[in-house]
Amino acid sequence: MDEILDGLTQIDCDILVIGGGTAGPMAALKAKKKNPKANVVLLDKANVKRSGAISMGMDGLNNSVIPGYATPEQYTKEITVANDGICDQAAIYRYASECYGIIQELDDFGIRFQKDQNGEYDVKKVHHIGTYVLPMPNGDTVKKALYRQLRKARINIVNRYMATRLLTGEGRIAGAVCVNTRTAEFLVVRAKAVIMGLGAAGRLGLPTSGYLYGTYENASNSGEGYAMAYHAGAGLANLECYQINPLIKDYNGPACAYVAGPMGGYTANAQGERFIECDYWSGQMMQEFYDELQGGKGPVYLKLNHLAEETISEIERVLHIVERPTRGHFHKGRGTDYRKQMIEMHISEIGFCSGHSASGVFVDEHARTTIPGLYAAGDMANVPHNYMLGAFTNGAFAGLDAADFIADVDFAAYDEAEVEAERARVLAPTKRDDGIPPNQIEYKTRRLVNDYLQPPKVTAKMELAQQRFEEVREDMEQGMYVRDSHELMRALEASSILDCAEMAASASLYRTESRWGLYHNRVEYDRDDENWFCHTILTKGDDGKPAHRKQEVKPYIVEIAEDEKDAYNNQRVGASVAAE
Amino acid sequence: MPLAQTATTVPVTVNADLCIADKGCTVCVDVCPLDVLRIAETEDGSKTAYMKYDECWYCMPCEADCPTGAVTVNLPYLLK
Repeated sequence: MDEILDGLTQIDCDILVIGGGTAGPMAALKAKKKNPKANVVLLDKANVKRSGAISMGMDGLNNSVIPGYATPEQYTKEITVANDGICDQAAIYRYASECYGIIQELDDFGIRFQKDQNGEYDVKKVHHIGTYVLPMPNGDTVKKALYRQLRKARINIVNRYMATRLLTGEGRIAGAVCVNTRTAEFLVVRAKAVIMGLGAAGRLGLPTSGYLYGTYENASNSGEGYAMAYHAGAGLANLECYQINPLIKDYNGPACAYVAGPMGGYTANAQGERFIECDYWSGQMMQEFYDELQGGKGPVYLKLNHLAEETISEIERVLHIVERPTRGHFHKGRGTDYRKQMIEMHISEIGFCSGHSASGVFVDEHARTTIPGLYAAGDMANVPHNYMLGAFTNGAFAGLDAADFIADVDFAAYDEAEVEAERARVLAPTKRDDGIPPNQIEYKTRRLVNDYLQPPKVTAKMELAQQRFEEVREDMEQGMYVRDSHELMRALEASSILDCAEMAASASLYRTESRWGLYHNRVEYDRDDENWFCHTILTKGDDGKPAHRKQEVKPYIVEIAEDEKDAYNNQRVGASVAAE
Repeated sequence: MPLAQTATTVPVTVNADLCIADKGCTVCVDVCPLDVLRIAETEDGSKTAYMKYDECWYCMPCEADCPTGAVTVNLPYLLK
């Protein structure tokens, strides 16, 4: 079982979709629907049935733009302000304009959304300005509904294959090198277009519990998308805008203020007082959260114990069935009853995830990366705050555009030596008789991430991190050792995690200002609109290390008035409100 | 080979009396996003699923999708 076999197979397809979580299945479906003759392959290192961030489901759409409740203009403005101004609005605006159609399609798939007595969508207000949160009472059925559609559309599903590197040639995408996670056999996929939906870099920081897999994100999302895009030469945007989320301490899962908030729950300090006006996640909100934790007013809690019994029962019903159902087990184990106790919260380890922040592979409003024929969508692409509905919608854009792209091209020729070099890299830990196991390489990398990269960011600490990461890289490249194909998968993940850690340090050092609240709080620098109102683009330099450049923020489609720009900067509750 | 054998308590447990791996069922193994479950053959030749790698996101597809209710997901000790 899990023995390491020697083997290499090559297959050809029109469109290779890597990642069967949220964006990937929708991309595959849309591409196939637009071009039924196209051979679409959907590949996942786990099993598409239950892979990705929404493995067990999702409790709601956090960013639905539904006619009658919100407009694309309003949503674009809100997200621009929430993301501190740094975004190309075209991608957000297109998402906002077309996501309602995706909601209706999901509805047709059998994924129901909460409706009021009149049959209208029951949208809730959580954001600072607009109303976008739509609960999903049967959100636990999402993956099953998607899987049915994939089978119906005859998408070719390849499970338990992990893509390790992209292949390029003739200035565009050519395919990917993949390895079987059960046998270590190789699969080279030649493709005319490749769509990446590999999720967040969720195993970057180390959770305070010390358990490597006790992460906020699905622990299988270990940053391969970021690493592969980097090594293929694609641009990555604003990686210094980390993801840090409020969560249930130790359990490390979401506290779900988006569920509890509209029902009367709120984030409170040790005195049971509100300290933030709005529970919507932004870097500015996280800064207030951090200040409360560090400033002697913590712990911070999710407060529900003032609510009526029927409200609490409803909150429990939603939170203990969908998204992270072990949450109920966790509270039970500690004797926490929402009726009596407040729930202790904390802030998450750092990660890359545009689903909640903005760090990702650079894409435009068609989900195109900087490499022709290569697309990215979902948590790993840089459309800010795009959550699950963003993954579906941007995944759809990628699938639609890729279906057109393949019509005009044949397979790009790539250098066979690249495949051989990748085989040698992947298999190196299997060729040794002794050495460092991947879990120790990973633990050390992530412990260093916590020690030196966690905001507030300090230049000297981040430079120390870079030195330590180089030492770990040397150990990894010269001495990592695995005994079976499962450990080999972990070794490859450790390599992606280290790549992401190096990118996080390097990107954070490059932007010499503070922005996005806690996400990029550089203590030695203030906000500097004159020099840093721009994207930062990270690419792989000629020396094999991250290179950086500035890229202008495209002119806004929806203008932001001067007095609206600060809507997310004033998160702290004023004295009068706190006293209520 | 100097790799140490460090004991660890694993979060996923399987009730061998309910598990139908004998009949060829591999549902829990298949659905695990982290691929940490395997089928073991016991001394009397019967088969049962078990957690081989302590790398669990306590996400629950293995428990939810098990056709006989044999699988229980507990919280990893370090964070429970």
